[in-house]
Amino acid sequence: MALLEVKDLGISFGGLQAVSEFNISIKKGQLYGLIGPNGAGKTTVFNMLTGVYTPDCGSIVLDGVPITGKKTTYINQAGIARTFQNIRLFNDQTVLDNVKIGLHNQIKYNTFTSIVRLPKYFKSEKQMKEKAMELLKVFDLDKEADLLASNLPYGKQRKLEIARALATNPKLLLLDEPAAGMNPNETAELMDTIRFVRDNFDMTILLIEHDMKLVSGICEELTVLNFGKVLCQGYTKEVLEDTEVIKAYIGD
Amino acid sequence: MKNFFTNMKKSTKNHLITYAGIIVAYAIMQILCGTGVASNLIKGLLVPICVYSIVAIGLNLCVGILGELSLGHAGFMCIGAFTGALATKLLYDYIPSKILMFLIALVIGTFFAALFGFLIGIPVLRLKGDYLAIVTLAFGQIIINIINVLYIGKDEAGLHFAFSNPNAINMNEETGVWLINGAKGITKIPSISNFTIGVILLIVSLFIVYHLVDSRTGRAIMAIRDNRIAAESVGINITKYKMLAFTISAAIAGAGGVLYSHNLSTLTATTNNFGYNMSIMILVYVVLGGMGSFRGSIIATVILYMLPELLRGLSDYRMLFYAIILIGLMLFNWSPKAIVWRQKVLSLLPFGKKGEKGKVE
Amino acid sequence: MDFITHLINGISLGSVYAIIALGYTMVYGIAKMLNFAHGDVIMVGSYIIFLLMSNVGVPAIPAVIISIIVCTTLGIVIEKIAYKPLRRATSLAVLITAIGVSYFLQNSSLLLFGSDPKVFSSVVNLPSIKLANGMINISSTTIVTVVVCILIMIALTLFIKKTKAGQAMLAVSEDKDAASLMGINANATISLTFAIGSGLAAIAGALFCSAYPSLSPYTGAMPGIKAFTAAVFGGIGSIPGALLGGILLGVIEILGRAYISSQLSDAIVFAVLIIVLLVRPTGILGKKLHEKV
Repeated sequence: MALLEVKDLGISFGGLQAVSEFNISIKKGQLYGLIGPNGAGKTTVFNMLTGVYTPDCGSIVLDGVPITGKKTTYINQAGIARTFQNIRLFNDQTVLDNVKIGLHNQIKYNTFTSIVRLPKYFKSEKQMKEKAMELLKVFDLDKEADLLASNLPYGKQRKLEIARALATNPKLLLLDEPAAGMNPNETAELMDTIRFVRDNFDMTILLIEHDMKLVSGICEELTVLNFGKVLCQGYTKEVLEDTEVIKAYIGD
Repeated sequence: MKNFFTNMKKSTKNHLITYAGIIVAYAIMQILCGTGVASNLIKGLLVPICVYSIVAIGLNLCVGILGELSLGHAGFMCIGAFTGALATKLLYDYIPSKILMFLIALVIGTFFAALFGFLIGIPVLRLKGDYLAIVTLAFGQIIINIINVLYIGKDEAGLHFAFSNPNAINMNEETGVWLINGAKGITKIPSISNFTIGVILLIVSLFIVYHLVDSRTGRAIMAIRDNRIAAESVGINITKYKMLAFTISAAIAGAGGVLYSHNLSTLTATTNNFGYNMSIMILVYVVLGGMGSFRGSIIATVILYMLPELLRGLSDYRMLFYAIILIGLMLFNWSPKAIVWRQKVLSLLPFGKKGEKGKVE
Repeated sequence: MDFITHLINGISLGSVYAIIALGYTMVYGIAKMLNFAHGDVIMVGSYIIFLLMSNVGVPAIPAVIISIIVCTTLGIVIEKIAYKPLRRATSLAVLITAIGVSYFLQNSSLLLFGSDPKVFSSVVNLPSIKLANGMINISSTTIVTVVVCILIMIALTLFIKKTKAGQAMLAVSEDKDAASLMGINANATISLTFAIGSGLAAIAGALFCSAYPSLSPYTGAMPGIKAFTAAVFGGIGSIPGALLGGILLGVIEILGRAYISSQLSDAIVFAVLIIVLLVRPTGILGKKLHEKV
């Protein structure tokens, strides 16, 4: 059975049909790409999957659990984590704390425990720090742990967002243009990191990307979106050779 | 010992410095009062400084940590003050110890302020920014307005209540006593608070907010402030943590109110002591002390509260100077020209840069 | 019949709130700041009229005109000195500065004019109107207030729709940086907004003090807060919203005072505000805001 099963998803904004009849099925452990020209509705799909927007119609099922129209907080707890196209970090907090916030629902203790500083506080905080540092190490951010998130260079901010998303222990990771603004070296490095995350965290990843080198390099399957509709779906190589897809990207 | 300090978390070290500062200041003031150096004027300022410091800490939790501008925190202070004083009026004769009495009043006042914080928070926290500010302001004004038409009396038959019309209270005129007499407020409150209690309360409040902020809960609250959408995306329950922060913030303001009312013999509710004027005055302390910096709130409160008193020599001109200093401070802090000038001066000085932005001190 | 009298008085008070609210709303729309000192400009304007009329013997109309000129200048000066350097600062820093300016105006008036309330003589010297065989008595001040408010609304709407400066205001309020790139002088536009808002405050002061003739350095504070509430009520940033919010607020206040409780009239006003904002979180005519993700 597929990990993510989306059927007939659609949404419109004030008469404009942004996405319609969107279907996708992602198997566990897959690296899946969602591509398409600007304004095709890719981020809107992400926003519906994560509950930022409530879809007008259709259904989303994650690992057998229906999550259509649920709140973002619930969906994250159900197992979807994401990054954002325009990076959204907790800028006034340290790199380490950003990941600790990601661990919010993984290592828990209540407010009273923290105010009175019961032993559980110290135990949980220690656990949290170890777990967070472990994650930061994966993304080569451990040396910057005490910096403010806003002081990180752009590429590292993107990595931190992925680390934070992973901290929530998701089943499915959504990456919205992870390579945007990166140079070719950084992108190559990012591809390695994404593969590493998939293999070592046993992760399923759906990503939006414009960088064709990255898409063809790591994605196993693709869905192409154009004007809010699925244009083509299938194995990466076949999709990228599809004439309709080439037309949508380059024009006639 | 040296190891102990170097191994300590930076935040813990910061907290200890603040506590130590307060205790040292307290000791100095006690010596000055004991030796008679401090004038009665200064002595009279000590408890109010504790009161406003505590309320400023509470407000800073709301504005600096949660990131929601409240212009109604004096309203919570008002609730704490009135419910606490009412408890004391009712129970004073039955409780043998003054300290115990104050503690009971404190618990009651804080509880009611928290309750109102919670109830008001439910609708208010759905709003954003300036809308939230104006609604908290409105709530503060409503609280004052209602207290001013509230009449509570006591006679051998028990408690009597009236709203708006004191003649409707139906209380035995001979033996009955007013507990709350409308706009005249509560009179003859036993004076059971003092500077020592004030300082202890201040330290306890600090203890609570410091420990709250440096925890899973505090990080969740600040995550909401920094980026609500990202906070949701990592599974933080926005409503829960907003309500929690707002309620605790109101409770702390209420505790300040209890201290305030037990330092006066007559308690009335006016725009100046509990209305938007007061809310704004405390907001000024919080902003000038630095958003999210509790130590800063206390320092700013002490300086700005003392300032008009120290400027008393200027008699009528003092509030004018206060206004000019306020504007001047903001311009100095934020005007691009002033920033350039400051950087120039700072680079000439031998010691390092200013503290990191966003750190909780 | 009493009801109609109260209603008319309410509309009149509401008209004053609307004129003040215009100042708040325009400044908020364009500079994204809450100008807490706006209410105190009203007070300054009223003192000028009072001094000119009582001490110098200037007739009402010229006194009001001089007051408008002085307040306009005051608005521009305040903006130049206190707000302009803070254009890039956080909104809270600007708010605190505005509070400082408010304290400054109140306390300088306190020094100049003393704390004892002055009796303000109405700027409108016309006989009152009696309707329905004398059962409804409407003072001339009431009528003039409503008429002035309507005229101001029309003039302002035309100004914004038809003139270049008005269009520039719209552009700056939409996106200051983009407007600057299009060659609009954003600083001059903001100055102009403050000038208009402060000029309106002078008119509002004259009308408010004619209806409620006690003038002290704190006269402006409460109407200022109420008008700010009115602006939020109608949807801050919206000019028709300011009119609607102002009038509704005035009517609710007067009717609440007459029929529910005079002591609770403020509480009623604020309670209605809260209810409105809960139903429509950006005010009656406010725009819905969407955050792009």
